[in-house]
Amino acid sequence: MFELLINYWPKLLNGAAMTLQLTFFSVAIACLLSLPLAILRRSGHVLWQWPIRLYVSFFRGTPLLAQLFLVYYGLGQFRPELSELGLWWFFRDPYYCALLTFSLNSTAYQLEILRGGLQAVPLGEIEAGLSLGMSSRLLYQRIILPHTYRIAFPALGNEIILMLKGGAIASVITLMDVMGQTRRAFSQTFDITIYFWAALIYLAITSIFVLIWRMVERRLTRHINGPVPKIAPNPMSTNTTAKNIEVSNAN
Amino acid sequence: MEWFQYLSFGDSGWGDELLAGLGVTLSLAVVTLPLGLFLGFVVAAASVSGRAVLRTSALIFTTVIRGLPELLTLFIIYHGAGLLINSTVKWLNPDAGFVELSPFVAGVIALGLVFAGYAAEVLRGAWQSLDKGQCEAAQAVGMTRFDTFRLIELPQMLRLALPGLGNLWINLLKDTALVSVIALNDLMRMTNIAVGATKKPFVFFVTVCLVYWFICIVCEWCIAKMERRANRGVRISSS
Repeated sequence: MFELLINYWPKLLNGAAMTLQLTFFSVAIACLLSLPLAILRRSGHVLWQWPIRLYVSFFRGTPLLAQLFLVYYGLGQFRPELSELGLWWFFRDPYYCALLTFSLNSTAYQLEILRGGLQAVPLGEIEAGLSLGMSSRLLYQRIILPHTYRIAFPALGNEIILMLKGGAIASVITLMDVMGQTRRAFSQTFDITIYFWAALIYLAITSIFVLIWRMVERRLTRHINGPVPKIAPNPMSTNTTAKNIEVSNAN
Repeated sequence: MEWFQYLSFGDSGWGDELLAGLGVTLSLAVVTLPLGLFLGFVVAAASVSGRAVLRTSALIFTTVIRGLPELLTLFIIYHGAGLLINSTVKWLNPDAGFVELSPFVAGVIALGLVFAGYAAEVLRGAWQSLDKGQCEAAQAVGMTRFDTFRLIELPQMLRLALPGLGNLWINLLKDTALVSVIALNDLMRMTNIAVGATKKPFVFFVTVCLVYWFICIVCEWCIAKMERRANRGVRISSS
């Protein structure tokens, strides 16, 4: 089992780098695209509503694998037309096709999450901002968007993890991410333990990401939670006169 | 239009093959659902039990299952369960031949485990939101633990868990597309075969996307209806 790791760890490391790269760029592009679309969906013109709803419904209602095949193989049917438009170099590369598909998919999910976040911003604060004469841009920048992202933070973290796991599908169109390297190693050695090493890699990436995300969340909501989590006084304690030492030290 | 020609039923069209694939997809999902739900209940019960061993085992199970890609889980089950079964059979009977694990069974086990891992969290959350006073009242009246669960906790749990379980059902339908990678003749794989034969990938992949989309919309509508029925008579709280 360990000889397998010694032989294949450089390839698995390359795979991990490819996985992280693909996930990071898809999520980043989706982050940029989803915010304007969420704002449009929430408060834009009525003409924008149905196209965006259709887009979200399509990308959430079809399997990621089907979407990936549609972009990679499906658009390959239009190779002459795409070559004429000068776009074939993009659509023939599995990396760019996977990036496009994952970005569009993640945009749809992030759009819904941000829409929920926008809806949950306290109305009183928006009214206070309007009464001070804030312009729309200032309102969004100072009040609405900080609230939205703090509310949506856990759900966005979930979505990034789901994108990381969904990205394993890219191995089916021969992208050499962790899953791709693992499958190739298995087809060469027929040693099942390579899958357990891949599982370990995924679990490690997920755990580290969750830790970092929670640290950032604590930092962002420190104005609500306080610098140190308060320790509740013990109700069974017989010492009724002493104050709680930990809380007073924190303050 | 050539689209209709490709999708027709009969010798030259692929419509009947796609329909057979759709049948396999739906039967895979329908078989996986009860298994996944039952295992989800078991794991949820373990995660709230008094014994630390059960709680830790349930936590490890849900963490591992929710942390791995479904494709990886599928491969581990497909290749690993096959090896496990074969080594067990060889240990019991050295002369036995090679036992083949059908990709359908591997798909059911893998997707059932994934469903159970997520469903356990949904059910646990629903159970912990219940009003404990009703269970205490049942205990005071003398109902057995099982009767309390069956008559009081379970109906209320299902109402609370229904949105989450509905989402998981839709995800299950979409994850069945993954079993095409281990050569089960579901809708996705039949589409791939059709594409290989006709060299018209766009036609077939658009069709299969529309089919999945339509099924998901129908399921979402049914689940919304079930939620409305489950929430009938629930007084809106004054919060």
